[in-house]
Amino acid sequence: MSLRGAAFIAGAYEHPRRDIPDRTVPQIHAEVAVGALADAGLSMADVDGFYCAGDAPGFGAVSMAEYLGLRCRTYDSTETGGSSYLVHVGHAAAMIKAGHASVALITLAGTPRNGGAQPGSSAAAPAPESEFENLFGVPIAANYALAAQRHMYEFGTTSAQLAEIKVAASLHAQHNPHAFLRDVVTVEEVLASPMVADPLHRMDCCVVTDGGGALVVVSPAVAASLPRRAVKVLGQGEAAKDTNRGRIDLTHTGAVWSGPRAFEEAGVTPADIDYASIYDSFTITVLMTLEDLGFCHKGEGGRFVMDGGLVAPFGRLPFNTDGGGLCNNHPANRGGMTKVIEAVRQLRGEAHPAVQVPDCQIALAHGTGGSLSTRMMSSTLILGQPDA
Amino acid sequence: MPDDPFLPTRPPRRTHETAEFWDGCAAGRLLLPRCDDCHAYIWYPRLFCPHCSSPRVTYTEVSGTGTVYSFTVVRKGAGAYREFSPYVAAYVELAEGPRVMTNIVGVPVDQVHVGQAVRVVFDPAGDADAIPRFTPS
Ligand SMILES: [Zn+2]
Repeated sequence: MSLRGAAFIAGAYEHPRRDIPDRTVPQIHAEVAVGALADAGLSMADVDGFYCAGDAPGFGAVSMAEYLGLRCRTYDSTETGGSSYLVHVGHAAAMIKAGHASVALITLAGTPRNGGAQPGSSAAAPAPESEFENLFGVPIAANYALAAQRHMYEFGTTSAQLAEIKVAASLHAQHNPHAFLRDVVTVEEVLASPMVADPLHRMDCCVVTDGGGALVVVSPAVAASLPRRAVKVLGQGEAAKDTNRGRIDLTHTGAVWSGPRAFEEAGVTPADIDYASIYDSFTITVLMTLEDLGFCHKGEGGRFVMDGGLVAPFGRLPFNTDGGGLCNNHPANRGGMTKVIEAVRQLRGEAHPAVQVPDCQIALAHGTGGSLSTRMMSSTLILGQPDA
Repeated sequence: MPDDPFLPTRPPRRTHETAEFWDGCAAGRLLLPRCDDCHAYIWYPRLFCPHCSSPRVTYTEVSGTGTVYSFTVVRKGAGAYREFSPYVAAYVELAEGPRVMTNIVGVPVDQVHVGQAVRVVFDPAGDADAIPRFTPS
């Protein structure tokens, strides 16, 4: 069974704030839910499927559904970190195709700037591997740095090439009035920013922001009844990558498997992608993901991002035109939701005019949950125009 | 380098599956679980073989030598590590195959490199325990 065309994203909403001391996390879930439903032209009463992840407080998806007053036919609290919301789109499309839902709501919210869960933290019981990692003082940035160091060793990737990714994001963020960081930066400024965990500088790291976002995924029949342009779900893939029975390879991500699954389902290739939202917890996340999705060969990501390769609207592959997690928003330390939202904006022609990709037909969004140098869940989502 | 040559330690949390590993560390021996059926060295330590699904696993002493597969200089650690920054976190590829997360100690942080030959050392943790770190050999 293919999910191509099984569902449409009819509503998308990003919370406009980045520092929210005056709201609870459930309140933010409610605000973004209402926002996305309004964007779609629907209401809470229309929702018959609810999806949320580990950022949602309480008992699986039930507590937040109860808070929102939802009465659904299907609930799903699949938790894969920052990629959860792309996974949810795929799972919602499958349930819609199976006839178990027609309007699925996906929400995300958190307040790490105001006492909420911190980056890289987990409230769950100790994992079986935790004592063999946690004793050695490896913060989240150091975890990603281990992958960057090995990539540099094997392929000659440079810090200046990683910096190009942050520069491109900053060029886009200057046009986003809600972006947490709006200043354009240079490669030299990135390289001069303090080293956090060699070879990653502070400006190689994403922002820490409060906020949230939501999506509404609907059946083709519901999409056809709505006034706003909906974007078609063409394909979705997901893949876990772990320490490989103790023989971890740090030079690739789960995108080597999630990408081909999504491309095959969508019936397109990397060359068909007009715009890409690439998970950018750190610059190295972007570089390795671009290789793994097939936008360039393994080891050539450094050259791919140089010379404005990622800069909208005319770069080789315009990426993260909202400014991404590196500059705009990484709400609740989870960047997957905003990746999908900006891809929807591009396909609707509603990105900022300075960064809108002309005639954007097919867009890709990619999420990376977990950590690059231990275990992760990658999810790739391919979206297109209604007639794609 | 920090003044104190010992990075933070604490007694590890043992489970039924991992006690023998930690007992080995306390005795200055690096013991890895090895599958009785397919003979693979298993990492991280557990009493189940992820290679062949066998529950027949025996802790076996290994060489304690390896090479640095990747590393990072952590400029600002968290918690107990904060005051010991900068320090080196790394993956070491053991001679027997597994790549293990650890620290590289006993060497200035700017003299660590990928491919460097290292050997295990055991840093005391509490009164009776130790945790495995690596130093240039
Ligand atoms: Zn076995």
